[in-house]
Amino acid sequence: MSAEIASSSLIHARGLTKRFGTFTAVDAIDFDVARGEAFGFLGPNGAGKTSTMRMIGCTSPFNEGTLRILGMDPETEGPEIRGRLGVVPQQDTLDEELTVRENLVIYGRYFGLSRAECGRRADELLEFAQLSERRNSRVEPLSGGMKRRLTIARALINEPEVLLLDEPTTGLDPQARHLLWDRLYRLKQRGVTLVLTTHYMDEAEQLCDRLVVMDKARIVAVGSPRQLIDYYSTREVAELRFPVGVLEALDGQLDGLADRIERLPDRVLLYAEDGEAVAEAAHHRGLRPETVLVRRSTLEDVFLRLTGRSLVD
Amino acid sequence: MSTPTRDLEARPAVPSGFRAAARVFEHRAYQYRRAFRGSLFGSFVNPALFLTAMGLGLGGYVNANSPDAFGGVSYLLFLAPGLLAGSAMQQGIFEATFPVMYGLVWRRIFHAMYATPIGPRAVALGTLAWIAFRLGLVAIIFTFVAWAFGAVTSPLAILGIPAAILTGLAFAGPMGAYMATQRTPDKFSAIFRWVITPLFLFSGTFFPIESLPGALQPIAWLSPLFHGVELTRGATLGTLLDDPFRAVAHLAILVGLVAVGGILFVRNIRAKLAA
Repeated sequence: MSAEIASSSLIHARGLTKRFGTFTAVDAIDFDVARGEAFGFLGPNGAGKTSTMRMIGCTSPFNEGTLRILGMDPETEGPEIRGRLGVVPQQDTLDEELTVRENLVIYGRYFGLSRAECGRRADELLEFAQLSERRNSRVEPLSGGMKRRLTIARALINEPEVLLLDEPTTGLDPQARHLLWDRLYRLKQRGVTLVLTTHYMDEAEQLCDRLVVMDKARIVAVGSPRQLIDYYSTREVAELRFPVGVLEALDGQLDGLADRIERLPDRVLLYAEDGEAVAEAAHHRGLRPETVLVRRSTLEDVFLRLTGRSLVD
Repeated sequence: MSTPTRDLEARPAVPSGFRAAARVFEHRAYQYRRAFRGSLFGSFVNPALFLTAMGLGLGGYVNANSPDAFGGVSYLLFLAPGLLAGSAMQQGIFEATFPVMYGLVWRRIFHAMYATPIGPRAVALGTLAWIAFRLGLVAIIFTFVAWAFGAVTSPLAILGIPAAILTGLAFAGPMGAYMATQRTPDKFSAIFRWVITPLFLFSGTFFPIESLPGALQPIAWLSPLFHGVELTRGATLGTLLDDPFRAVAHLAILVGLVAVGGILFVRNIRAKLAA
């Protein structure tokens, strides 16, 4: 049985459920991750993404369902599975009492690698993570972006088949994020399977071949970013921003303007194939928004459609 | 079957059991490399100060006033093994407090270890093994300093070193198990004040428990440090085998504490890591 699953998917979950006491963190989710793909869990904080990642990482027992990773059973083969995974946790877990390079070497030792091999790989990975100049520096003074890259380098020391990244760019500035995305893209090109969680739609769109949208412990949609947008949203969106008070008084005036209308506290989103045309039609009806923005639909719109809420509060 | 097996064959076997714990020990050794000079220096200075002030200074008065108070040996000879066991207790407690906080809460390096093939048991036992190593270093240096002060008279004194390690571990296991349940080390100072300091003072370290009021004497038997002191003192004074049954009882109590503490430590580390 396990061979047949292994050949079809690297990670296979059915009815996967995680409870903490009476609180259900993950509620009977199903998903499959194929070799070589970049697979994302998109959702707001508290949706159950981290709990799911920890179950995949074989560090958190689950209550119900089936989980197979690399064809193995996390309950009985946890150490063997972890030996073939790389984990980048949400919170950095670097040892600040060690140097940058020592962090990599000592981590490699946990996978049973010889000291010489750890040293060789550490130097290679420092190059990859653009940290070679800081090799003998202590970890503490590194910037947030550098620490993240070091954590990713550390997670690669065992040449993992799957790299698990929990909120890899949360808290980083835009430049550091782009540098990190570039490194992750290179890994993907080398054939490393990426599994990541994020609450940034741009990150999901940039990195993921396929993703699931999670909300309140459940998976509410699955597909490629493009498929999800095509299926759950229109091609374009016209965002009309109105002064405070006016929005509430618009009752009825927007009806029939677009395929779908979403009211947010400060603006109205009009979903349509042609956003410009909708904006123009609104103008003809005598509506005078403060600003008009016509843009393409994103995963943010998908999420709004599916849950009625924004991704980032 | 399309799963490539090349990677699988190239991978070394995942460390388990003793090898896994040895990796955790190695990690601690890497950390210690940067601190060991200052740490070893302290291990020399501390006993030297205590033995000078109390063994020679205070002991001078004690010996002059009641030469037979300590069973015919000088106060220095009586005090040195007590201090050895007492400092092993403190070292064991200390090593099971802040490093455990560092691993589980502050830098979460125990969590990082658990993301590899290393399991909670290896994390806990590797940590205890490292503590045993540190206790050994401290005890060896202490014994050397005591010898330099003329406070070692029997070759059996060498047995004081494993006795001190055992004493330290008897405290490190339960303390580590307790700290593994904590989010902050706030309780540390209370434990030090209300548990460690009284034990340090009233476990036969500085004076025989026979000097305590009669009702309190049996209570000393509840102190793990008392058993440690009896063993180290028996070793350095060469009286350990005078009453073998008593020696074995002390030993069994300490070994039991190490075992129970170790089991609880493993259990609590697992509860924290594998939630």
